[in-house]
Amino acid sequence: MSKILKFEIDGVEIEARRGQSIMQAADDAGVYIPRLCDVEGLEPQGSCRVCVVKQNGRVVSACTQPAIEGSQVENETEEILGYRRDLVRMLYHEGNHLCPICEASGRCELQAMGYRLGITQATKYPYLQPVRPVDASHPDIVLDTNRCILCGRCIRASRDVDGKHVFEYVGRGINKRVGVNGNRLADTDVELKDRAIDLATCPVGCIIQKGQGFFAPIGERQFDKRPITLGVGPGKEKKT
Amino acid sequence: MNSRIISACRRYANDPGRLMDILLDVQRDLKGVEPAAMELIADQLGITRVEVEGMVTFYSFFSDKIKGDVVIRLCGDIVDRHAGGREIAKIFSEELGIAVGETSADGRFSLEQTPFLGMSDQAPAAMIDQTIVTCLSPEKVRHICSSLKAGVRPEGLVTAHGDGNNGHPLIRAEVSNNIRHAGEVLLCQVPANAGLHGCLLLQPRKILDELEESGLTGRGGAGFPTGRKWRVAADTPAQQRYVICNADEGEPGTFKDRVLLTERADLMVEGMTIAAFAIGSSAGIIYLRAEYGYLRAYLESVLQARREQGLLGRDISGKQGFEFDIRIQMGAGAYICGEESALISSCEGLRGEPKNRPPFPVESGYLGFPTVVDNVETFCCVSRIMDRGGAWFGGFGTGKSTGTKLFSVSGDCARPGVYELPFGITVRELLERADAAEAAAVQVGGPSGEMINMGQFDRRLCLEDLPTGGSVMVFSLHRNILEIVDYFLEFFIEESCGYCTPCRVGNVFLRKRIEKVRRGLCEREDLDYLKELGKTISMTSRCGLGRTSPNPVLSTIRNFPLVYAVLLKEHGDGVQASFDIQSALEESRRLAKRRSMIYDPNYDET
Repeated sequence: MSKILKFEIDGVEIEARRGQSIMQAADDAGVYIPRLCDVEGLEPQGSCRVCVVKQNGRVVSACTQPAIEGSQVENETEEILGYRRDLVRMLYHEGNHLCPICEASGRCELQAMGYRLGITQATKYPYLQPVRPVDASHPDIVLDTNRCILCGRCIRASRDVDGKHVFEYVGRGINKRVGVNGNRLADTDVELKDRAIDLATCPVGCIIQKGQGFFAPIGERQFDKRPITLGVGPGKEKKT
Repeated sequence: MNSRIISACRRYANDPGRLMDILLDVQRDLKGVEPAAMELIADQLGITRVEVEGMVTFYSFFSDKIKGDVVIRLCGDIVDRHAGGREIAKIFSEELGIAVGETSADGRFSLEQTPFLGMSDQAPAAMIDQTIVTCLSPEKVRHICSSLKAGVRPEGLVTAHGDGNNGHPLIRAEVSNNIRHAGEVLLCQVPANAGLHGCLLLQPRKILDELEESGLTGRGGAGFPTGRKWRVAADTPAQQRYVICNADEGEPGTFKDRVLLTERADLMVEGMTIAAFAIGSSAGIIYLRAEYGYLRAYLESVLQARREQGLLGRDISGKQGFEFDIRIQMGAGAYICGEESALISSCEGLRGEPKNRPPFPVESGYLGFPTVVDNVETFCCVSRIMDRGGAWFGGFGTGKSTGTKLFSVSGDCARPGVYELPFGITVRELLERADAAEAAAVQVGGPSGEMINMGQFDRRLCLEDLPTGGSVMVFSLHRNILEIVDYFLEFFIEESCGYCTPCRVGNVFLRKRIEKVRRGLCEREDLDYLKELGKTISMTSRCGLGRTSPNPVLSTIRNFPLVYAVLLKEHGDGVQASFDIQSALEESRRLAKRRSMIYDPNYDET
């Protein structure tokens, strides 16, 4: 059996197994650390940085940083919340996130994180307004990378769960985006039943299932009722 | 086309881990890697096309469109720009009839800009295929263009080569070493393999002890103790360990590794061999930046000569069972690959993105094996320490920063070049040696370092005060500080891998606001915005590039407050400084096809 170690998150003692990340230990203990690129069942990536915490004074991503015996972790301090707000705002402004006209509204983790962090009005950053073509070539799936936050969940799900590698990052820096394995989505072997296409995988409205739009009325969706937290997350809502 | 791609893949045994090399060959042979080529490579290697596309679109020396037969890359660095780089670009453009970023209709030439060639001591410079041309003047550029148009191959453009090994038959480059001061450790006369031969008589542990005694710290800029790093690699149980030399110096203003690679290649390989013996490694890699491709054939010959002398290969120098050999991995134009874990990704045939840490490369690096990655200069120092002893080396420099350091000085000074001086000298001493009487600002450590003002010239170059991997850029009173800041941000935006949010997006926002400051459209509050945004980027970014990328802004706000103050507006009337009523009205005027009754005095005239 792996050894148990103890550390504190915001002064509350948490137990962890050796080798567990701060995030895993916190999840097991019922303590929520906000996240966007990390999701249950996929390898942590550490790219969105929304899960940053301070571990013994150093800023680290909770999803990739191992828990350390006796360490002090700051999660909900004003400083950390400030960073998280800035990061979520950056993601909002990098893409085109027009919640009122987006199919993902109410089940969108970016939107829910905005609400959780108290971002309810226009923010200080400029809008980058990407203009990328929408790929609606596939009979069942639409890909609108203007709404992508580069979390890479579809990439990892397709590669590690579906064994297909339909998606991959292409480009670099601010021009980085999610590319598909072919000229367009219809040329790939992606299917509706893939984990990559599951509603729990894409946290925003970038991957949309055709014919499934507005299955639940906006206003009646999970994050319309409760803030995003442990257990109230992606794909927890049943289709009707 | 297909046969060339298939043979490129076969040359590397259809190994996806060698995708860098395969793409470099395909790019060279076919001038680009188009989607059909990506598909074929993917088939050959058993990977997906989008993985190949991910690589091609990551590295700036790869292209998914066909480039010209000859690719001209102009150095876009700020020092080159100050030396007339824009004028040079204009002339190239006129002579070839294409703008920067374009390929000529006849497919003969592509004209591009690259962030930093490593030639700022002989700026402006350009790279024409693998050939470097330096100290460009308008006349020289016109001559180069007419020669190229007349069919002269790039290598034929070199009429006079530089000093030292720059004249070696395998280099023959128009590059000068510009060694302005040879110190007592690296640029003095050094005996061949004295350190290595001494080491082979020792227990590997003793080498680590000696290194720790010397106090040697990594010369790339981060300053981690080399001995301690090697000891972790040696102590991590593994079937194999790797030694990688980071010859990817890309920090603008740094060119001292260029000189070491040219003049001290043997000393560097000797240091790598010592590392292999100390940690128990049988394989090494030299990661050579694409911009230094002109040195590759020479470095291959150095390795080959050492194999023939029994200094690489099996039973090195007669030491039974000690086997070590080295391959050269070419880079393809990505500053981020100077970061050790991104460099390892690149060696593995992946996008040059840093890896999550822990585990650290010394525990799990190249292909998952313990790996030490050290700078060219660090390996050179190792050889000297093993020859002369840790105590001798520790006698130079300061308490925490021992030894001498190679400083690359460029910009507004009469004697740009490489200075080998003990750690701890003041900026002022260095400026005096470089004859930089007009210096008003000095950028220490490149864009990721700090810009200091005249009142700070007595600060010392060492880890305790002003750390630097070697870059020292001098700017006179005539330079525009904010133009420099703007350029540095442009550099980081261009070179960010895009993996994490703050570095990918935050730097774009920083630059937009700096542009606004430069246009005189900002208020005092905008400085708070810059400081807060800069702090978020530096605190939350995943690797050193992101963590240091706001430094140009943060250090100039701190050290040059007046530069900002004169550009700020007061907003007594409650209207934002950036708000201009006339431009705000313009669209409405156009749509309504009439003028404003309130704001246009000549309203009636329409």
